[in-house]
Amino acid sequence: MIRWLPRAWLMLIYGLLYVPIAVLVVFSFNDSRSGYTWGGLSLRWYETLFNNHAMVEAMWNSLWLALSAATVSTLIGGLTALALHRYRFRGKRVLNGMLFVVMMSPEIVLAISLLALFLLVGIQLGYVSLLLAHVTFCLPFVVITVMARLSGFDESLPEAARDLGASDFTMTRTVLIPVIMPALLAGWLLGFTLSLDDVVVSTFVSGPTYEILPLRIYSMVRVGLKPEVNALGTLLLVFSLVMLSLSQWILTRSKQ
Amino acid sequence: MPASGVSPTMSSIRQQPFGAAVLVLVWGWLLFLVLAPNLLVVGASVMTRDPGSFLSLPLNLDAYRQLMDPLYLDVFLHSLYMAAVTTLACLLIGYPFAWALSKVEKRRQLLLIFFLIVPFWTNSLVRTYALKLILATNGLINSALLSLGWIDEPVRMLYTEGAVIIGLVYLLLPFMILPLYSVFDDLREELVMASHDLGAGRFATFLHVIVPLTLPGVLAGVMLVLLPAMGLFFVPDILGGSRNLLVGNVIKNQFLDARNWPFGAAASIVLTLTMAVLMLAHRISKQRIGEEGSA
Repeated sequence: MIRWLPRAWLMLIYGLLYVPIAVLVVFSFNDSRSGYTWGGLSLRWYETLFNNHAMVEAMWNSLWLALSAATVSTLIGGLTALALHRYRFRGKRVLNGMLFVVMMSPEIVLAISLLALFLLVGIQLGYVSLLLAHVTFCLPFVVITVMARLSGFDESLPEAARDLGASDFTMTRTVLIPVIMPALLAGWLLGFTLSLDDVVVSTFVSGPTYEILPLRIYSMVRVGLKPEVNALGTLLLVFSLVMLSLSQWILTRSKQ
Repeated sequence: MPASGVSPTMSSIRQQPFGAAVLVLVWGWLLFLVLAPNLLVVGASVMTRDPGSFLSLPLNLDAYRQLMDPLYLDVFLHSLYMAAVTTLACLLIGYPFAWALSKVEKRRQLLLIFFLIVPFWTNSLVRTYALKLILATNGLINSALLSLGWIDEPVRMLYTEGAVIIGLVYLLLPFMILPLYSVFDDLREELVMASHDLGAGRFATFLHVIVPLTLPGVLAGVMLVLLPAMGLFFVPDILGGSRNLLVGNVIKNQFLDARNWPFGAAASIVLTLTMAVLMLAHRISKQRIGEEGSA
């Protein structure tokens, strides 16, 4: 086989993956009104963006939703992972299976089933319905992240804690929680990003009282070109880059 | 997952009130927000459309019959076709990509994977919108080709079937690459060498050793690409125009605009069944490799 071929392929595909992103970033500083042609450097689209009150409000709403969804799913998911790791109980396989199915299901299937539930039970579409939905699709990712951390863990530590007379609760608090802390943080960041980027589920379960960012973007990009979307996309890119680097850094540092 | 493995310190849930409380919480969550809603959808699919309260009796299979209506069957088949082409394209790009990635030295691999995930964590709507800038009639490709003099008038690329497929491949490629990378990473070099030592040529080794061993990764990737490729309704909305719809668009229109819940629910069940078949195939292929590995 030609030796440079695999590397060339890697580089070509990486290039293609990043072309649209580069276009986005470059055009966000474009002064031209038309959106397609270059008209010199400017920050005008960032200005337009921040002068748009509905947009800024949607940003805050999204941020708050992502914060709360990530926190709730990390709490429940972390505890679930501990329970799966620590205890024997009936239905363990079914629990694992259900989490797996949630992770693999097409988002749209989850979306309509939740919409049906909320309307039937009478939960008003807004912050609460969005929170319940987002926690549901973040949950399996947190459980898996934490389980992965626990599966490589030396069992003699909790055993020693128990031999020294620690109750199960004390042992969990003083031995297991510190061990899974990096995984909890990584899971939290994962949940935060998933929630912030979700379009499909949010389209179905959000109401007019609580507008969030992806839906605001959606209504903007459906018709024509909106150069301020480039500015927004660039900001979101920088934001995810920071979050992702942070989670990688936490995970690799804790391994050493 | 080490679900059935009993570790020495693993205790029975019965003596642990705290553990029991956790389980009640998570079971409650899953029953209320996963099982119940899905049963509702199954129920909705066999009920009758009602403009006032969404659903009413009697029970019937009209929604499923409506799916067979040539008009919708066309949309379904077209969506399935676009999803299949997307999946195939992802596989053809992703398989050699994952292979090459697994051959890069270990320390660089982590960095490369990081850069594979970055676009994937960037808002997918915004990335789809960026494709629009590139593909539009007065977009970047057309202006580049025009100024080079390779074409005389702009080529229509936006609002075509091709644009939708490009959008889907762009959004879903990492989902194909990651499971493939994981099987290539586990692939033991000795097996490949043993095959060569036993006189198999490159092609025979590929066909009889590498392909079967990476099959679970292929199936996992297919599963992770094919189903979303039928559901991501915003891609045709932005890139495809009104003629290149996905099953996701049909479900969304029926639920949110036409308020025809039984029909939307039936369409969603068809998607779920497709997922079930793919998951089963994935399990079987994994088990077969497990058996051969231990034999």
